[in-house]
Amino acid sequence: MSTVSVRDVTVAFEAVQVFDGLSLDIQEGEFIVLLGPSGCGKSTLLNAIAGLLDVAEGQIWINGKNVTWEEPKDRGIAMVFQSYALYPRMNVRENMSFGLKMAKTPKPEIEKRVAKAAELLQITPLLDRRPDQLSGGQRQRVAIGRALVRDAAVFLFDEPLSNLDAKLRNELRVEIKRLHARLGKTTMVYVTHDQIEAMTLADRIVVMKEQKIQQIGTPDEIYHRPANLFVAGFVGSPQMNFIKGRIENTGEGLSFLAGDRRLSLSGYPFITAPSSGQDVVLGVRPEHLEISSTGIWPGFTVDIVEPMGADTVIWCSDAVGSVQVRTAGSRRATPGESVTLHIDPSQVSLFAADSGERL
Amino acid sequence: MSAAVPQGRRPHHLTAGRIGVYAFLVTAALFFMLPLWIMVVTSLKPMEEIRLGNILALPAAMTFEAWTKAWSSACTGLECNGISVGFWNSVRILIPSVILSIIAGAINGYALSFWRVKGANVMFGVLLLGAFIPYQVFLYPLVRIFSLTGIYNSLTCIVLVHVIFGLPTMTLLFRNYYAGLPIELFKAARIDGGGFWSIFLRVILPMSTPILVVATILQVTGIWNDFIFGLTFAGRENLPMTVQLNNIVNSTQGERAYNVDMAATMLAALVPLVVYFVSGRWFVRGIAAGAVKG
Repeated sequence: MSTVSVRDVTVAFEAVQVFDGLSLDIQEGEFIVLLGPSGCGKSTLLNAIAGLLDVAEGQIWINGKNVTWEEPKDRGIAMVFQSYALYPRMNVRENMSFGLKMAKTPKPEIEKRVAKAAELLQITPLLDRRPDQLSGGQRQRVAIGRALVRDAAVFLFDEPLSNLDAKLRNELRVEIKRLHARLGKTTMVYVTHDQIEAMTLADRIVVMKEQKIQQIGTPDEIYHRPANLFVAGFVGSPQMNFIKGRIENTGEGLSFLAGDRRLSLSGYPFITAPSSGQDVVLGVRPEHLEISSTGIWPGFTVDIVEPMGADTVIWCSDAVGSVQVRTAGSRRATPGESVTLHIDPSQVSLFAADSGERL
Repeated sequence: MSAAVPQGRRPHHLTAGRIGVYAFLVTAALFFMLPLWIMVVTSLKPMEEIRLGNILALPAAMTFEAWTKAWSSACTGLECNGISVGFWNSVRILIPSVILSIIAGAINGYALSFWRVKGANVMFGVLLLGAFIPYQVFLYPLVRIFSLTGIYNSLTCIVLVHVIFGLPTMTLLFRNYYAGLPIELFKAARIDGGGFWSIFLRVILPMSTPILVVATILQVTGIWNDFIFGLTFAGRENLPMTVQLNNIVNSTQGERAYNVDMAATMLAALVPLVVYFVSGRWFVRGIAAGAVKG
């Protein structure tokens, strides 16, 4: 059974349609990440699930109940916001118990739940402090605690780590993942524009662009089998290399042709069979390119070398364009050096040049 | 010497431009201080000294007689009970008017900026339009309405008028302040199960101190200084201090008691003056906060 189900939902701001008939099913206990650039509608979708935004058409189901017309508090959800949204004039304890007080929970029960959540998040010593006496990381921890005490079936996260510095972001990311594992059956819907958060946290990623879902899949599928050029380019850092060319049917099967460079596609799992001569874009992740003297594509020149510690990114260019190659961190190259590249044909992606869809 | 080497704090020189600036500032200060100076010294002089005509001179024989007379025995028309009657009338008008108009404005601003009620923008536009129509236009219709409903010439009437006319500015002030608060706070409170009133009272109002101070200052000075509404709607028993001041100054027979007039004026100006001195810092801060955001 799915805990959260968005069925044909249309959201409209005044005259502008934000979504038109968007559907999404989320399983119980699943960690779903909505990923996309700003303005893609991911936060709008989250707000619609939370009930903070009225939908114009369609239904939203949570835990087997149609909650389309329910108030946010009656939907069995908890939410964590980017700006923490802690009540500034209440201390941590009051912040965490506000929702329970509103729900007229008995006092001993409130105290028990707050104490439990505080312990889980290691914020017990902070309970009597006010939000302005906390650091950013502590504030977000309190905000997560406030969500935790609600005992909700579904957690909604709206870019919870975007206001934190890089180190804290990594720490809290791991903590959120650990929390999800400990809570077991709690469903989490997490909005971010950060692909690393998406890749590391998600059971399934929903990639969105311009109010439309581009692809739904496990991090593996999203990364290795992107459904279109947008997903391929948006996920992965350094970015996937795109090489324009066309399909040609030689005697021994289909191959990709860019100028005089050729790549055999005999093992490529086509979804739709291409026609010979069709314009395509070849996508290759930087780690699937290799600088090797036995490579199939000679004639590249080293352009720029970017040592990143764990690995080194080498930009190689030829007359047509440049590609990024990810090599071992110890690998060094001199700009101007001429190199030969090797491509692993089993790891490439092919997209139609006109529609951008995966072939 | 090493003076030529730029090092450490940059030396400041007194330039001609700077002298000009100071000269202007001092002149401006004197210009605005002068009337106050004349009022203070005149109110402390006996009439004989005033007749000499040295209006800038310090009093030779200082006396507070004019002040006591202005407070308790100056004549406002036929009665001679001083301006104290008007002072207490003004206080009685001021307190409920300020409190009610601020409450109404805060609730309005909260509803307009957070709850996005249907037609909120239209309503806000109409409200603002009301703020720009000259008050005089409303006087006669309001007098008719109030006399029809039977509350004309009463304390209720004048308080109601102040609340109504305070509504546009108060709403604007609170709406703009609330527009600057993060909307996520409101969303969090809604998920936590807060309703219209519990979010307002428990989350929003505790964060409103700066704007409450500004609203209080604006309303206290505005309502205290009001003349025409008090004259029109308050009724004879409730005439505010400003109206009584006018009566004292204008109803003199024989020699004009300049010292009493001055003292009465100072007494009438005392409340706004105290408010400005006590809260000037808050005032500037809140005005800026309300104006920039939103």
